[in-house]
Amino acid sequence: MATPKKTVAKESGQEKAGSPPEFTREQELKALRDMLLIRRFEEKAGQLYGMGAIGGFCHLYIGQEAVVVGMQMALKQGDEVITGYRDHGHMLACDMEARGVMAELTGRRGGYSRGKGGSMHMFSKEKHFYGGHGIVGAQVSLGTGLAFANRYRGNDNVSVTYFGDGAANQGQVYESFNMAELWKLPVIYVIENNRYAMGTAVSRASAQQDFSKRGVSFNIPGKQVDGMDVRAVKAAADEATAWCRGGNGPMILEMQTYRYRGHSMSDPAKYRTREEVEKVRHDQDPIEQVRNRLLASGVSEQDLKAIDAEVREIVNEAADFAQHDPEPDPSELYTDIYR
Amino acid sequence: MPIQVLMPALSPTMEKGNLAKWLKKEGETIKSGDVIAEIETDKATMEVEATDEGTLGKILIPEGTADVAVNTPIATILADGESAADLAKAPAAPAPQPKAAEAPAAEAKVEAPQPAAKAPAAPASEPLPDPEIPPGTEMVTQTIREALRDAMAEEMRRDGDVFIMGEEVAEYQGAYKVTQGLLQEFGARRVIDTPITEHGFAGVGVGAAMAGLKPIVEFMTWNFAMQAIDQIINSAAKTLYMSGGQMGCSIVFRGPNGAAARVAAQHSQDYAAWYSQVPGLKVIAPYSAADYKGLLKAAIRDPNPVVFLENEMLYGHTGEVPKLDDFVVPIGKARIARAGNHVTIVSWAMGMSYALKAADELAKEGIEAELIDLRTIRPMDTETVINSVKKTGRAVVVEEGWQQSGVGSEVAARIMEHAFDYLDAPVARVSGKDVPMPYAANLEKLALPSVAEVVAAAKAVSYR
Repeated sequence: MATPKKTVAKESGQEKAGSPPEFTREQELKALRDMLLIRRFEEKAGQLYGMGAIGGFCHLYIGQEAVVVGMQMALKQGDEVITGYRDHGHMLACDMEARGVMAELTGRRGGYSRGKGGSMHMFSKEKHFYGGHGIVGAQVSLGTGLAFANRYRGNDNVSVTYFGDGAANQGQVYESFNMAELWKLPVIYVIENNRYAMGTAVSRASAQQDFSKRGVSFNIPGKQVDGMDVRAVKAAADEATAWCRGGNGPMILEMQTYRYRGHSMSDPAKYRTREEVEKVRHDQDPIEQVRNRLLASGVSEQDLKAIDAEVREIVNEAADFAQHDPEPDPSELYTDIYR
Repeated sequence: MPIQVLMPALSPTMEKGNLAKWLKKEGETIKSGDVIAEIETDKATMEVEATDEGTLGKILIPEGTADVAVNTPIATILADGESAADLAKAPAAPAPQPKAAEAPAAEAKVEAPQPAAKAPAAPASEPLPDPEIPPGTEMVTQTIREALRDAMAEEMRRDGDVFIMGEEVAEYQGAYKVTQGLLQEFGARRVIDTPITEHGFAGVGVGAAMAGLKPIVEFMTWNFAMQAIDQIINSAAKTLYMSGGQMGCSIVFRGPNGAAARVAAQHSQDYAAWYSQVPGLKVIAPYSAADYKGLLKAAIRDPNPVVFLENEMLYGHTGEVPKLDDFVVPIGKARIARAGNHVTIVSWAMGMSYALKAADELAKEGIEAELIDLRTIRPMDTETVINSVKKTGRAVVVEEGWQQSGVGSEVAARIMEHAFDYLDAPVARVSGKDVPMPYAANLEKLALPSVAEVVAAAKAVSYR
């Protein structure tokens, strides 16, 4: 089995970035809180899955939190977000309520899709979150369509379309790249390269492992970004949103990141070593990075604990709701098929 | 002997064309490859090149002549040493139909297949008036392609969120000319040529629809939509349900479906059964020009994803379309195309062409068939079918698609479930044969349903 040669982000190709621009304390605190919420939420989801309260597939986002949180910090009201099946973090980052997401995971009536979508299929029109898609790569052309609608309407919204290193090998991704550049659509393609497409390492599946270059033949600019550093993500997102809002067409951001858990809850993750995971956790954990900076800048341990406590309360309340909310009424079987 | 130049077939479905212009005069020398004339087909204006050398002896069909049948002699070419006096030697028009193996005297720049095994032309009997059309409404005669174009143009005028995208829909004016003139009226923002990228642009359309726009996505044919079927089913049809009603999409996927003429298995297939199985989709397959128009308008307004199955063989057919400001036919309602008491024949789309002719044949033998045009496959108007079967006690279902798991099977099952006690005979199915569509003209004809098969089935269920 091939072992990936690269360490995350350290050898990022195109731009040898120095330190990204510093965050204000307020930004650091917000990033910490939002990332912690995702992590604690996902830990709880994993726990509920183990208890049998969540069924089917459940793909956890632990380790990748800096990507959505950093991206979201650069967006404005109206920008659309769409992603694949590893979507819980994206929803929380879009300010969707933890209890509604968790209740969908448990298949209850208070879930965002009233229990009919599950982990991989949730939406919020109000929060401009367009799913939650279970077919690998399908969201890329859908996200391009969201950008098409922005251009059609002449607004300055940007579609942020997330997909993984695995989806990046799907044909429709390139069909979408072509149209997006051809029509100068305002879409940021965020490739979350967590180094494994399910159990297949990038090196075993991708002829071109520098995903920022995947748009070269369409003239789409791309950047490799340290996806473990929320500041680097935010800086790249600022650049990309400005590029898109300026009418220049799409941009690709390859986020070099890592997932700590298996592909799904049923994945024993035998394709990589425990040491590899531990090393990333130890050296690059996105949350620890922020926490350490905050402590170094004089924020007290006490203050950080308060944030953790607030987040845990939200998550516990969500889990409680999700386990006690009733299942959908049987009549729901036949609703929402047509409107 | 002078060589005859015949009216060429310039598309798989062309039956006749207009002789727009002669580019050579009588007495002019012609070399092989010279463009001698321009011909307007139902799809485009095409140049005709000479394949023979000599002198243009006589122009038999003057320019400006409309509706010249394929294979009609249009000119004669005199070989070296021949003179006008030899013209008399040319066989008198009309020339016999060339056998499949013979090449026509002139060939177009595109492949020019021989005229194919054709579906029967419109029947002699007048269909019943449509209850959707108020009595006394003025009717206009239109081709189905014009009816479709008008439907789209009217809806685009009415709603700025409606746009059309697809391959060759704009500058080329439509691969089958269905979108003719739309670019000129609505501009490139709303009439959008896509790259050849079905999977991608279907997804872009669905995404735009999720964002609230109302796309019309044209597939050059439904055969090519196989590349996009994931987006149609997994993204378009299911999202409303999976989002708990929050996010649906108002989108029309349309284009020619079913058997075309002489284009073989990959380009001749009926997808009605495929899409009709999917909850969340509406599936429409009209036959008459009025229904094409009224149902396409309804489809564009519908807030759900609609699969709109057209038929290339019908694009050039004309029919009566009501002259109304806003003629919309409701989705999900069948039409009784002909009333009768002896046997119910259920069909839709191209199947109607066989069924209508068969009904005429049956009438000559004293069997009055009640003919139901389903028009919409999903949701299916079971009630109209059942009411008819309760009256006649006998039913035949006619479809061009394959029999196994076909729409006809579904109709038969519903009749069995809801009218079993009324049946005097098992329901008969007439369908496309269980083979990939062959290319050869004779085999293609055999693979499709025929009027004779419908007549035989109707007699069989009538024990006659």
